[in-house]
Amino acid sequence: MNSIQKNRLKDQLFKIWGIACTLIGLVLLAIFIGDILIDGLRRIDWSFITNLPSRKAEKSGIYTALMGSIWILLLTTIVAFPLGVAAGVYLEEYAKKNRFSALLEINISNLAGVPSIIYGLLGLEVFVRIMGLGASVLAGALTLSLLILPIIIVATREAIKAVPQSIRDASYALGASKWQTIRNQILPASGGGILTGVILALSRAVGETAPLIVVGALAYVPFAPSNPLDEFSVLPIQIFNWISRPQHGFIENAAAAIIILLLITFVMNGIAVYFRNKWQKKWK
Amino acid sequence: MRKIREIAIEKALLFSSLITIAVTVGIVSVLAFEAFRFFSEVSIIDFFTDTQWTPLFTDKHYGILPLLSGTLLTSFIAISVALPIGLSISIYLSEYAPKSFRKTVKPLLELLAAVPTVVYGFFALVVVTPFLQGIIPNLSGFNSLSAGIVMGIMIIPFVSSLSEDALHAVPTSLREASYGMGATKLQTAFKVAVPAASSGIIVSIILAISRAIGETMIVAVAAGQQPRLTLDPTVPVETITAYIVQVSLGDVQHDSIEYRTIFAAGITLFVFTFFLNTLSYRIRKKFQEKYE
Repeated sequence: MNSIQKNRLKDQLFKIWGIACTLIGLVLLAIFIGDILIDGLRRIDWSFITNLPSRKAEKSGIYTALMGSIWILLLTTIVAFPLGVAAGVYLEEYAKKNRFSALLEINISNLAGVPSIIYGLLGLEVFVRIMGLGASVLAGALTLSLLILPIIIVATREAIKAVPQSIRDASYALGASKWQTIRNQILPASGGGILTGVILALSRAVGETAPLIVVGALAYVPFAPSNPLDEFSVLPIQIFNWISRPQHGFIENAAAAIIILLLITFVMNGIAVYFRNKWQKKWK
Repeated sequence: MRKIREIAIEKALLFSSLITIAVTVGIVSVLAFEAFRFFSEVSIIDFFTDTQWTPLFTDKHYGILPLLSGTLLTSFIAISVALPIGLSISIYLSEYAPKSFRKTVKPLLELLAAVPTVVYGFFALVVVTPFLQGIIPNLSGFNSLSAGIVMGIMIIPFVSSLSEDALHAVPTSLREASYGMGATKLQTAFKVAVPAASSGIIVSIILAISRAIGETMIVAVAAGQQPRLTLDPTVPVETITAYIVQVSLGDVQHDSIEYRTIFAAGITLFVFTFFLNTLSYRIRKKFQEKYE
């Protein structure tokens, strides 16, 4: 075998290796989801969704945890959505290129890399203790809002960056002010991209466990929250609690709850991808 | 009137972006304040040299080393899984794969990072550990090996996506020059594309390491809650993050030394990830200048 043949063989071998690597992650994900479906699917029925948690695995349901997750999702959206978009608009449209905006930028990039559990420590000290909110849904939602703020800001900036300068120029030429241009031209034009980022960020918030445990969310709550200051649990914490129990019935419950959680996460991701594709087509 | 409105809106938007600064200041001061109170009771030398971490027992030791070794051990295993696979994927997708394949596979791979981490914890404990016990009979029910492997699977897309972006940004002319010299795709990939994209690839690896160090739920579920100074991947360990979870689940008085230990552990974690994130930001900035 001469060296040309050797090099071609190596080339082919790497190609096969590359395909294998690409598929292995996906195959593992598929095995894993299949395994969870086998474990948990027959456990899911209407009473599993509407039952309160209980000591007996077969009587336990996810009602309080599901309601807690919905509360968290709503409150986090109300806080993080406007703040994140506003900050993104400021950085992209108003901020001048100087040391201050460079500082803001490096700061946001750093925040995006801070482990989620550290946000939990921040929430515990500031919201739970200093502001006296206790281990409430509100304290949890505020903590998660800070966690996903950098993601929303970055997504907003990317979406606004993609709006062509000509749109701004045309708006200014018609006598519109800066804010009128942003509200009537830029935000509608970048809305799809912003929405994609916000939904992805919220889907991350729904799956977060660690910061909420640190803030003090409970594994067992006898009733669903009825106002923002109530104590709460969320689906991932319920799952964590069930995984930690030795009896087999609870593992089944955990698998069933995981199916519901994955369903929520994947649907949110699907909606985000839908918006992204729809929006990308518009500019090309 | 219009002018006042414009200015008011600008100020409101500015205020929103200032919140991000407040968050950073908040994190640093909360960690520093509680850690300071912790170190007024525990000597900082003991903290870094004692080889036992037992704040919840009657015989209290406050040595961070066992938690640190647990964190680094699981992260090391995760990176050993994610790095070769993630890099191979990125090179395959950018240099070999047809465009349509790349377009379908990339979002699917990113789905790996969208799965909540507690779900991966379940996977590690219920599927991977029993499977590995078939191969390694003396593997404990909780161990850093399966937690690390599963964490590695989770961070594959962090390595592959960012590295692929970096490879994709390498100008085609460089590749064409290499092909013109008679090089194969493999030679071109490793001798031209990878070196040209090296800073982007390094950034992706650093971010993956930072992600692994801060990962919580997988290790809290599958690696155990026994702080020990060891490099043995088959025995239970405890990471910094898992310890914070363990204390948060228990009933710890808010004004006690036990409560402050989670902030001392937290600031250690924060310093590590802050260093890694800043490093990756610096490299990324330098890299952008190079191509723009």
